[in-house]
Amino acid sequence: MTSRTDTEAEGRVYNVGGQDWDDVVAAADQAGDRPGEERLVVNMGPQHPSTHGVLRLILTLDGETVTELRPVIGYLHTGIEKNMEFRTWMQGVTFCTRMDYLSPLFNEAAFCLATERLLGIEAAIPERASVIRVLMMELNRISSHLMAIATFGLELGATTVLLNGLREREKVLDLFELITGLRMNHAYIRPGGVSQDLPSGAIEKIREFVGVMPGLLGDLRKLLDANPVYLARTRNIAFLDLAGCMTLGVTGPVLRSTGLPWDLRKSQPYCGYETYEFDVPVQDTCDAYGRYLVRMDEMEQSLRIIEQCTDRLAGHRQADDRVMIADAKIGWPAQLALGPDGLGNSPDHIKHIMGQSMEALIHHFKLVTEGFRVPAGQIYAAIESPRGELGCHAVSDGGTRPYRVHFRDPSFANLQALPAMCEGGMIADVIAAVASTDPVMGGVDR
Amino acid sequence: MTGEKAGDQQASAEEKAALAGRGRLSGQVARTGMFGTETTGDTSGYGGLIIRRPLALSSPRPYGSYFDDLADDLSSSLEQAGLPFGDAVERVVADRGELTLHVSREHLTTVAARLRDDPALAFELCTGVSGVHYPADSGRELHAVYHLVSLTHNRRLRLEVSVPDSDPHLPTMVRVYPTCDWHERETWDFFGIVFDGHPALTRIEMPDDWKGHPQRKDYPLGGIPVEFRGATMPPPDERRAYE
Repeated sequence: MTSRTDTEAEGRVYNVGGQDWDDVVAAADQAGDRPGEERLVVNMGPQHPSTHGVLRLILTLDGETVTELRPVIGYLHTGIEKNMEFRTWMQGVTFCTRMDYLSPLFNEAAFCLATERLLGIEAAIPERASVIRVLMMELNRISSHLMAIATFGLELGATTVLLNGLREREKVLDLFELITGLRMNHAYIRPGGVSQDLPSGAIEKIREFVGVMPGLLGDLRKLLDANPVYLARTRNIAFLDLAGCMTLGVTGPVLRSTGLPWDLRKSQPYCGYETYEFDVPVQDTCDAYGRYLVRMDEMEQSLRIIEQCTDRLAGHRQADDRVMIADAKIGWPAQLALGPDGLGNSPDHIKHIMGQSMEALIHHFKLVTEGFRVPAGQIYAAIESPRGELGCHAVSDGGTRPYRVHFRDPSFANLQALPAMCEGGMIADVIAAVASTDPVMGGVDR
Repeated sequence: MTGEKAGDQQASAEEKAALAGRGRLSGQVARTGMFGTETTGDTSGYGGLIIRRPLALSSPRPYGSYFDDLADDLSSSLEQAGLPFGDAVERVVADRGELTLHVSREHLTTVAARLRDDPALAFELCTGVSGVHYPADSGRELHAVYHLVSLTHNRRLRLEVSVPDSDPHLPTMVRVYPTCDWHERETWDFFGIVFDGHPALTRIEMPDDWKGHPQRKDYPLGGIPVEFRGATMPPPDERRAYE
């Protein structure tokens, strides 16, 4: 049985040599010396710089060891799902883009894929629109992963990583601004296609970006890959193995750091991902360092995909190449030109509806104010967001507005795994664990 | 109605539009009226003349894709557990490439456990619960929808359970899929479905002292009129709607 010694310095010491842990605890209980006797409950957040937004962690500490961790969420609940029930399917995009604000294009894509499957128009989505969607999503994956790694660095005390990461991310945001007009909350991917084609010069800018990015990612790697402080803070920290991931519904880089190459882009392709050449990076360390490596490798793979996208977009341009579905009952005008007021507009379309066809004007008016009808039914569209499986469960009752939209946000499920990663570890490693799951509270709370 | 192209391009675009329209017309909502019309010259009825077919209540065999195999495997697996397939699964719907099993609430956890544990089914991952409120569907107002993934067989499956508003109780799935913990709390919070046996069924998104369940259809969206440059815009749920 447990041998016990009393020492003044450390209190009661239990030497454990291969017994059943329950027996040790029972013996301690009998001695009236509960391990949790001097516990300290610490409230981390909801306004803590290292909690990625308004996440609150209630920690029970025994010294510096975390004995219990309870995440509390809900501080950023905005009722997006409820709001979407009161807007048309087209307007829904402007709401859901605001959920996970670091990967807005993925939210839009999930919602649009769900809408299109409900409409049964998947096959009618123009090829060019799908390529642009893939291009934008992969750019977004890079900006999101850069943010994850940058803040990870900051939270471990390395401001250089933050500044480098944000500087690189800025390049992606500049591209977004050029293409969509906005740096976040783009509402760029719409049911039926995308809101407008790439502006002139965008392909060159993206190619320039693809040219410089490997070097910049290499710099980040030089800074972190073999950095002894970084290794000490991330290796064997926040351990979660495959069984744990499956049980707790964890997907994304956290799952791939356990050695399972589960990536919806490969296993259940959408938007034509099966036609691109890329690998699914995996690590088998199950720890925070493995997740970092997976993210770095994924950015490199994203660059490969972006390169293939630009080749396709720059290739032979057909005259009827569209970025919005040809079906006039669904597609909004997407051949936009920059007006003198700085806003995008479609002069040809305006000419047509205002000067040539009364019916066209009626249709335009009805399409914009009433929206299109979506056949009744339900659908679950899942895509691989930077954080894991982003699912959109959309229900239609046959009307012009969603009857119910639910988003299965990967951060929501991944956060549930925090206690499993942190309990029994040191309090300092909680920060590393949170950062390695990369939660975005806007997506968690919706 | 983007008429910016001329000549042949216009013709091919219109052809495409007509084809796309025809494809959708063969769907569940049969649409007449201006779009796709061949007989009348109704030029204003954008969506006014709509004939809505009721939802497919259950699909006949064959379901297509891997769905038949899956249903057979589940059937034999349930029979091993001494539960006839027809008792547990009320109806099967195969729609738009997705399979939905409407499960009775008494047998929900048994079915889920078989789906998870039987190697022929192997649905290891549950991606959560989503509630839907159908106030008009009396006796089955509240639906809980579970989405399962099998990584082994690369398949997806939806389980749907309905409960009446007067008795909104469902057995918890936490014991089968622990990931349902937060998802069930969310569904309780938003729809008021009580998951019996859940370790701590408390509100998760709304404040603890919140009254009501906001995602139900009888719960108003709320909001206040917004004044902008002298004009007042009513809140979204009080604006004129096209139904």
